[in-house]
Amino acid sequence: MTASLEIADVTFAYPDGHAALRDVKLCIERGERVALLGPNGAGKTTLVLHLNGILAAQQGSVTVAGLAVEKPNLREIRRRVGIVFQDPDDQLFMPTVGEDVAFGPANFGVTGADLHARVDAALAAVDMVEHRDRSPLNLSGGQRRRVALATVLACEPEILVLDEPSSNLDPVARRELAEVVLRLDATMLMVTHDLPFALQLCPRSIVLDDGAVVADGPTRELLADEELLRRHRLELPYGFVLS
Amino acid sequence: MGAGHAHPLYLPGSSAVHRLPAEVKIVAAFLAVLCVVATPREAFPVFGGYLLVLVAVWVAAGIPIRWIAARSLIEAPFVVLAVLLPFTGPPPTVEWIGLALSEPGLLGAWNILVKGALGVLTSLTLAATTPLRDLLLGLQRLGAPPLVVTIATLMLRYVDVIAGEARRMRLARISRGHDPRFLWQLGATARGVGSLFVRSYSRGERVHLAMLARGWAGRMPRLSEATATPRQWAIGLVPTVAALALAVSGWLST
Repeated sequence: MTASLEIADVTFAYPDGHAALRDVKLCIERGERVALLGPNGAGKTTLVLHLNGILAAQQGSVTVAGLAVEKPNLREIRRRVGIVFQDPDDQLFMPTVGEDVAFGPANFGVTGADLHARVDAALAAVDMVEHRDRSPLNLSGGQRRRVALATVLACEPEILVLDEPSSNLDPVARRELAEVVLRLDATMLMVTHDLPFALQLCPRSIVLDDGAVVADGPTRELLADEELLRRHRLELPYGFVLS
Repeated sequence: MGAGHAHPLYLPGSSAVHRLPAEVKIVAAFLAVLCVVATPREAFPVFGGYLLVLVAVWVAAGIPIRWIAARSLIEAPFVVLAVLLPFTGPPPTVEWIGLALSEPGLLGAWNILVKGALGVLTSLTLAATTPLRDLLLGLQRLGAPPLVVTIATLMLRYVDVIAGEARRMRLARISRGHDPRFLWQLGATARGVGSLFVRSYSRGERVHLAMLARGWAGRMPRLSEATATPRQWAIGLVPTVAALALAVSGWLST
């Protein structure tokens, strides 16, 4: 079976010469939930922007379910890769929740009753159906995060990419988001600093540091390796011990 | 639609006027204003007729006259100049409680006042019965330039976000001893506006990325197939047809 995401030897440097990604290699199979861990400036967001062709690899290749991330394929690639950005105020740009969820599928050519059904299903998946006609401005942080997730689910992506999904959430909103994510039957790459959240949601983790993959394995094993965490400026919260 | 974007000029309701599609109301209001502007200024009774048509629409929409009168004061600063015209216009003049008023000046002032007032009242009627979001959807359905619709739609969402950011920055400033009442502290406020611009600009770039990630191709997608029916057009244009008849009668009578 074709992997959902395959990144082969991707290298990228910003115009100022800063090498953000060096020979990044990884593969995510269909149905896997993988956490992408790493300190600030490790290249996590740069890697995410390569997945849907917003940034183009200078060397190497990215394929999503067998389709190469290249200019002629960008429209289909962007349908297949659903990125939920860190700040919901960046992700939710339409005047109402319903319109925002409809924006993606409408761009990909879904219309009429199908569009309506997609919006309903996506909002139901995140428990936000009754907020359809509200402005995102009037929602709580947790609700906004869930709507942001719905905007991407409505596009029925091959792989879901969540950038720091638990940042700025209170404990209840964080738990509710985790419950929603666990319910989804989707391939997922989750960029996060929140190591317990990664442990709860993702059986596998990849550690990226200074633009290179430095570890890839079961989340519990990686997080129990204190030396590995220290070397890459990662840290479990106070009082949190894994054996 | 439009929940959460209630603007102060909108009066929620479920009247037939409220329910008409926005594009019908936009076209009807625009044509009605054209009729008003094209009416000869000497056709005094015709302007009374326009007002009656508006009153009929207000009654149908359930808009109290006091509600709309209060909001029409917005026009006041723009018509101040018109008051000067009778004093500065050319002869012949007429005497009025000891003042010599220019006749062409009086007519000019009347022309500005009455057409301005009717234009404002028509716009207020449109705004009172149509939420902002629907106005934008109406403009989109009427084929307004996509860039204008996109900018206005994003503005509708982000004006409150930017205002919130400005509020937080102000709180941070005054928490650190800034007192914007003093003139010499204007500099800090101006720098605040500058950094608000930079923040909004970088937010704009992030929003653009988020739009690209969901297939943005340069124009707002049509999210609803609904269009106005011929019957809705016919009902919506009734006041406009009345305005057109009034304008024609004005031309014939002068």
